[in-house]
Amino acid sequence: MADSPSSSPPSTGPPGELAEATRDEAALTRFLRGLPGIDAVGLEQRATALAGRAVKGEAKLRAIDRAVGMVDLTTLEGADNASKVRALASKARTPDSRFPDVPRVAALCVYPDLVTEAVTALRGSGVGVASVATAFPSGRSTPRAKLAEVELAVESGADEVDMVIDRGAFLAGEYGRVFDEIEQVRAACGPAHLKVILETGELGGYDNVWRASWLALLAGADFVKTSTGKVSPAATLPVTHVLLRAVREWRDRTGQSRGVKPAGGIRTTKDAIRYLVAVREVAGPDWLTPELFRFGASGLLNDLLMQRETQLHGHYSGPDQVTVDL
Amino acid sequence: MTEPDPNPLEYAPALESATVAALRERYRPFIGGEFTDGSGAVFSSVNPATGETLAEITGSAESDVDRAVNAAEDAFRSHWGSISGTDRAKYLFRIARLLQERSRELGVLETLDTGKPVRQATEFDLPNAAAWFLHYAGWADKLDHAGFGPSPAPLGVTGQVVPSNFPLLLLAQRIAPALACGSTVVVKPSERTPLSALVFGEICEQAGLPSGTVNILPGDSGTGASLLTHRGVRHAVFTGSTEVGERVRRDLAGRGKRVTSELGGNGVNIVFADAAPEEAVRGVVEGAFFNQGRVRCAGSRLLVEESAAEEFVARLRDRMAELRVGDPMDRNTDVGSLGSTAEVERISELVERGVAEGASRWTVPATLPQRGDFMAPTLLTDVQQSMSVARTEVFGPVLSVLTFRTAREAVTKADNTPYGLAAGVWSEKGSRALWTARGLRTGVVWANTFHRFDPTAPFGGRGESGNGHVGGAAGLEAYLDV
Repeated sequence: MADSPSSSPPSTGPPGELAEATRDEAALTRFLRGLPGIDAVGLEQRATALAGRAVKGEAKLRAIDRAVGMVDLTTLEGADNASKVRALASKARTPDSRFPDVPRVAALCVYPDLVTEAVTALRGSGVGVASVATAFPSGRSTPRAKLAEVELAVESGADEVDMVIDRGAFLAGEYGRVFDEIEQVRAACGPAHLKVILETGELGGYDNVWRASWLALLAGADFVKTSTGKVSPAATLPVTHVLLRAVREWRDRTGQSRGVKPAGGIRTTKDAIRYLVAVREVAGPDWLTPELFRFGASGLLNDLLMQRETQLHGHYSGPDQVTVDL
Repeated sequence: MTEPDPNPLEYAPALESATVAALRERYRPFIGGEFTDGSGAVFSSVNPATGETLAEITGSAESDVDRAVNAAEDAFRSHWGSISGTDRAKYLFRIARLLQERSRELGVLETLDTGKPVRQATEFDLPNAAAWFLHYAGWADKLDHAGFGPSPAPLGVTGQVVPSNFPLLLLAQRIAPALACGSTVVVKPSERTPLSALVFGEICEQAGLPSGTVNILPGDSGTGASLLTHRGVRHAVFTGSTEVGERVRRDLAGRGKRVTSELGGNGVNIVFADAAPEEAVRGVVEGAFFNQGRVRCAGSRLLVEESAAEEFVARLRDRMAELRVGDPMDRNTDVGSLGSTAEVERISELVERGVAEGASRWTVPATLPQRGDFMAPTLLTDVQQSMSVARTEVFGPVLSVLTFRTAREAVTKADNTPYGLAAGVWSEKGSRALWTARGLRTGVVWANTFHRFDPTAPFGGRGESGNGHVGGAAGLEAYLDV
């Protein structure tokens, strides 16, 4: 198997020719602008074509379990508090009490001030704790404030940090500023994994998504992630294709494996399976693991559980058979 | 964290059911508004993916051709040639709606008969067939504004021979404009794939189309020849190989008929170093292997800029290795079966010859089904302009790779073929794509895409690829007395 993110700390910087791209801002700009283009029409056609792959029967059941294990169960609301985190933590450990063989989810994602609560509730479960930081979701604050949030999350025990990039700086072409910020957050994360949220819905086109993905990878992201879930459009299949391509090419060029996380708007099992097909055919089968692919979702898990039951028993027994997450 | 799964996401077969096609044991010619017994030899239609016989068909003899052409002449004189365009449009719309309603049934039928992937049949062939009727329904009452002068007159009876690669879609492309113009039709589908055309006869009945307006004559090439040369046929439409097309044109010379034809091709994709790589790969794969490469306008040649060739071919191999070859009835199949064993042999021979001439062969590492006429998609590199594979039509899943150094060289190499049906140009620089497209001597040039068939756009070949157009206002000309 290729290097997992933990065994190749990105803080050592990218190897070889790619190190040259990060030498200074001018080199970085040259590199990003020199990347080959993405053709929107062809990209969307391929995404549509792959979405037509049928996964049925036994294959579907396995795909559902796989998807459950890749969910970052997420609550990012102003009304969140300790009790809600405990409720979700319980669900993260045992998604469906009727079926103990349902795998646990990959992580629980909360705001930084609730990380302690999540860590306590999930101790010994194997479920990771992820925290959004860096003035989520807008990213509009001082570097100091953003880093302070990262430190809060990490000191409280978060295993994973989801940061947002400064889209304003990116769109202004200040790639160096975005790069530095990611690099600083990467350093502040210590052993925690860093997911970099590009907020693709605000980047204005696939070419920019492609550049932003490379920028994040060069700066040390362990994961590239599409969206905060607070901006529409959030994750789409074509945008996820672009991210998957980026990590695939990153591995072809560096030997390092980085992950992808689409977030926002993925609500149904059908959608989730389409994403898994894209993972398999665009990045490759190696990426079909929670270490390299996650779903950022809050509503998806229940649909996966309901479809799982339908697949097992041949019928669907209604939304009250799974828990509400309030 | 969990360990990576050694057995990642597999696609279980997602088989479409053959019963959807509502196959009947016997099919008969459709003449003068009814299915009647033909006097020709009985033959069977075979599923090329399994070798199983699907149905028996009564073929059409000379006398049936006579009956059908007479019925079409009567229908033209008494009704179809003189009713208002608005009325004709009404029927065309009905046919389009019926094609849409029965698209699953017809898609499955088409798959069983041709060996093409069922997903392609239901998601490409059928919607497109309906789109052609919808488009020409719109023209039926606007012929005065089509650019052929006021009130252009319809031509009369048109005789059509349709090939086996897209039986229903090509039939729609030729029947829809004919009907819109007020011409009546006698059509002979390929003897290997006549089923969807015969079910189309049912659709004409369902739509209440006046009897004799459309007649369908299953039969062999003899039936085709007697149809096209029949004295009552004013306009002969032939679609098929260049070889047969030339014979047809010789037979028809001096008979005072209009002739349009869509013949062979040896299409090309020109990929510049600055093209969006992933999309260009997808387009080249689609261009070469769509419908098993059994497309007249398939991009069977790839011209890639030398400086980018190595990387591009590596990406191409990766993508080709993902193609799923096998049971056409599986919705996950990308490449299905060829039309016959003879076809597989002919293409394999062509590949062998290419290798003997110095090309390097690479085939997709797919396990092919034991039965049926399957062939793994094949890539030939180190191909030179002088080799036979670069000069002849392949009509199968084979892609030949050549390189070029300058845009001028690319155009010269691309045009250096007797054919001229279609080409693709891939570049992120618009001016380069336009310059290249202008130089290409071919009917259609696609930029950064391939195999787009829009009923609004004219499509037709140059040189040995045929004459005349289908599609758009230009496609009306063949069926009007102008």
